[in-house]
Amino acid sequence: MASFHTLHVEVNGQPQKRSVQPRQHLVDFIRNELGLKGSHLGCEHGVCGACTVEVDGRIVRGCLTLAVQTQGCKVRTIEGLSEDGDVRDLQEAFIRNNALQCGFCTPGMVMAAKELLEAKPDASREEVREWMSGNFCRCTGYHAIVDAICETLAERARKGQKVGA
Amino acid sequence: MNTTTLHPTSTSMAANPTQAGPEVEERPKVHPADPGDKPLHPVTEDPRYIGKSVERPSARKLVQGQGTYIDDIELPRMAHVVYWRSPVAHCRIKRIDASAARGMPGVVLVADGHDIAKICKPWVAVLGHLAGMKSAPQYPLALERACWQGEPVVAIVAETREQAEDALQVLHVDIEELEPVVDMETALDAATPLIHPELGDNLCFARDLNVGEVDDAFARADAVVETTFEFGRHTGVTLEPRCQIAEWNSADQKLTVYHSFQAPHMMQDLYARQFDLPESQVRVVCKEVGGSFGIKVHAYPDDFATVALSMMCKRPVKFVADRIESFISDIHARHHRVKARIAASKSGEILAFEMDDLTGIGPYSMFPRTSAIEGNQVVNLVGGPYKHKNYRAQLKVVFQNKTPTCQYRGVGHPIACAVTEGLVDQAARAIGMDPLEFRRKNVIPDDAYPATGASGIKLEVLSHQACLRKIEQMMDYPKLKAEIEALREMGIYRGIGFAALIELTNPSAAFYGVGGARIASQDGCTMRLDPSGAISVSVSVGEQGQGNDGIYRQIAADAVGVDLEKVRLVLSDTDVTPYGGGTWASRGAGVGGEAVLLAGQALRANIVKVAAVILKRDAAELAIRRGQVVDAQTLAPVLDMAELGRVAYFRSDTLPKDFTPELMVTRHYAQRDFPFIFTNGVQASYVEVDPDTGFVKLLKHWAVEDCGRVINPKLVDEQIRGAIVQGIGGALLEECLYDERGLMINASMADYLVPMSGEMPDIDVAHVQTPTRSSQLGAKGAGEAGTAGAPAAVMNAINDALSPFQAQCWSQPLTPEKILRALGKV
Repeated sequence: MASFHTLHVEVNGQPQKRSVQPRQHLVDFIRNELGLKGSHLGCEHGVCGACTVEVDGRIVRGCLTLAVQTQGCKVRTIEGLSEDGDVRDLQEAFIRNNALQCGFCTPGMVMAAKELLEAKPDASREEVREWMSGNFCRCTGYHAIVDAICETLAERARKGQKVGA
Repeated sequence: MNTTTLHPTSTSMAANPTQAGPEVEERPKVHPADPGDKPLHPVTEDPRYIGKSVERPSARKLVQGQGTYIDDIELPRMAHVVYWRSPVAHCRIKRIDASAARGMPGVVLVADGHDIAKICKPWVAVLGHLAGMKSAPQYPLALERACWQGEPVVAIVAETREQAEDALQVLHVDIEELEPVVDMETALDAATPLIHPELGDNLCFARDLNVGEVDDAFARADAVVETTFEFGRHTGVTLEPRCQIAEWNSADQKLTVYHSFQAPHMMQDLYARQFDLPESQVRVVCKEVGGSFGIKVHAYPDDFATVALSMMCKRPVKFVADRIESFISDIHARHHRVKARIAASKSGEILAFEMDDLTGIGPYSMFPRTSAIEGNQVVNLVGGPYKHKNYRAQLKVVFQNKTPTCQYRGVGHPIACAVTEGLVDQAARAIGMDPLEFRRKNVIPDDAYPATGASGIKLEVLSHQACLRKIEQMMDYPKLKAEIEALREMGIYRGIGFAALIELTNPSAAFYGVGGARIASQDGCTMRLDPSGAISVSVSVGEQGQGNDGIYRQIAADAVGVDLEKVRLVLSDTDVTPYGGGTWASRGAGVGGEAVLLAGQALRANIVKVAAVILKRDAAELAIRRGQVVDAQTLAPVLDMAELGRVAYFRSDTLPKDFTPELMVTRHYAQRDFPFIFTNGVQASYVEVDPDTGFVKLLKHWAVEDCGRVINPKLVDEQIRGAIVQGIGGALLEECLYDERGLMINASMADYLVPMSGEMPDIDVAHVQTPTRSSQLGAKGAGEAGTAGAPAAVMNAINDALSPFQAQCWSQPLTPEKILRALGKV
């Protein structure tokens, strides 16, 4: 049997102490150990972005990160983000624009777009397209996703909101 | 928003005005209305939602990651299966040594093809109406031979997925590699080995069609253009891989399969027949489906194997394909080589089309829809928008040792459209006529319907002329042409490409039923008034992201006359919903939607009858508006639906003895007027080609689509946009590449290129609405036309950009390398 490590990690504000195999991916840990099913497995080799989650404020691929690498870290998933309301405006814009169809890529899209909203609040439409190029969507053709993000950027700029506020 | 208005009502198009959200200015997307646009008459008495872009019910949970996909489900005692798949294209299976694997931690069962074949029958996927079609018996797991890289051979079931994968590493399978048939061009040569000797050759299906005086038309033509078109084999890449959980209850002798799928009743029937179970003992349930596009409408060998394993283990067994095995086990599509020519007169008349299509489909025809449909569609559809009367086509569908191909979004349309429109552009160039003008002269005129196309297809009513007018306005064609001319002077090479298209939707039983496949062409809806005044709606068509749930809610709300929020949907459970076909061939809106409308009208009538009894009035004096029974003349409310529900369900003692309220109704609909209801549209692509690198930049894409009555403009626009980008993938990026031994060499997402947001263009969409008269709703399908037209439009645009160099490229995907070759630079 494989050895186990004791992992201390905070997930969506909840401290967790779990025994994990060193080979376990972060997204498998989140889905299988914690039962948070909002992060999805699309390719398991780091290309599609469906498993995107946040570790200490930066987005990572949940399939290219080992759970043990998050020792002592703060992890946020789509569930935590939705609960906190940090991206409610973005999520409303996704709904308004029908920027999601099957919804499988959507949590990863929202995670990636959240970082864009904070890191590049004056991003152009082309920069939005470029930034989101790490996340695969087979349904929408991206136009509506780009619309939703651009609307949110414009709205935040108009309201003069602070980053992340 | 689209350009047309359906009703004079003024309901806001905002998704849901009651939901909090920032006010955002609409980006201007309105194009000048076509003078021919007229509002459509409402189809219900209380029209509020049909034709409006209201929010669909599932979006809110999905955007918060609260959907339930199959892999999110965990059942008690659930085990996990992984498959050992053939690592080569063709081999004899000599010996399977599972002793080490069986000894690995957590392993529950190791099974091979012979174990599974004891309880699951093999199948042969042919259709009776495709004369002469043949295929060989196929088993859930290969028996003596594996016939493609990726064919499942051995199953390992373990307590966890990790344990099953660990055991897979120590499974030993001795194989003897056999000569593979790789190249479809030589598949029928005498020297090529036979994949299934008992079939006599490697031919699955052939068809010849000869209409009119083709030789004469070519002999008298002023211009004849001949081109060989190539289409790369590609695949669907649903972001959620194929997955299922099979749960065999040995006490009940009942099978439940949770399946990410498009046609649950089809699978119920197949499981029952292959396992010799009564149909009543099989239940198929779909939850959220993470993309399907036709990938999830076929019966895969591992579907049956997983069910068999659940029976053998007497436990639930979960199978989730990983991405690598998806590339070699999901169906592929579109591998065609088409040699084709067109005849035209100087005056700009298309005189004839002729084409010869060769397609390779893998070693077996896919169950149960078969792998001959795609090629058959190409024969039916080439030349489809145009009024020419001379057409000759030849089709050969051949076996090869590659992953089986089958129906994938667009099914033959992208091939037929690219061939047709590629030839049309070249003919226009040959006679010196503007390509848009050439199309305008040749499309079947809008006042000529019903019409029959040269291939024999029946066209109910189309609007090519109106669509061409609209796209010309949308894109400001003269200005773009001037811009292209000016930029060429500066060494910048841009081009415009058009694609007129027809798309087959709302199929009748002519598609599968007449050929003996037990795939329903009809759909049903059961609708119930609940005591509170809410409406429960159960439909035999499910939801895979396109918004079927959204439009059914809109139709039900309007048909009965209640608020949208009062409508609850139940979908995708064969134990619960009416029987029906599900989602394929762009039928969800046109067929499923009509069933919902009919059920809504029937329920409304029954509610009025109950109200008449309660109120002791004549039913003809009553109507329903906004959840209230009202006086039909004054529209004054006379009875609340919740009060009606209370009396009907809880106070039947107050009703006359001879009257029973029937507040649950079921209605079905099958389209029977035509084999298919065709839609039409036109797309245009604007691109820039870098002649030094061969790189293509997509600058803009336009689409005008006529899918009849638009039920939800936003959802239709997004279907079209998504389908266009899927089509662009095939035109520019996607191809399953094989080596000379039949091994796929780019079976990962790092190597198989799919469209990402950075390279894709903005897409403007507009509509012309020509309702079908085959239904009250008048809706036609909209899900596949984008994929049908986009490859042709992009290919034509690239060739327009290359025209100053006298270079051409008709081989999809049009990669930078192929473009540089066309330019003579490599």
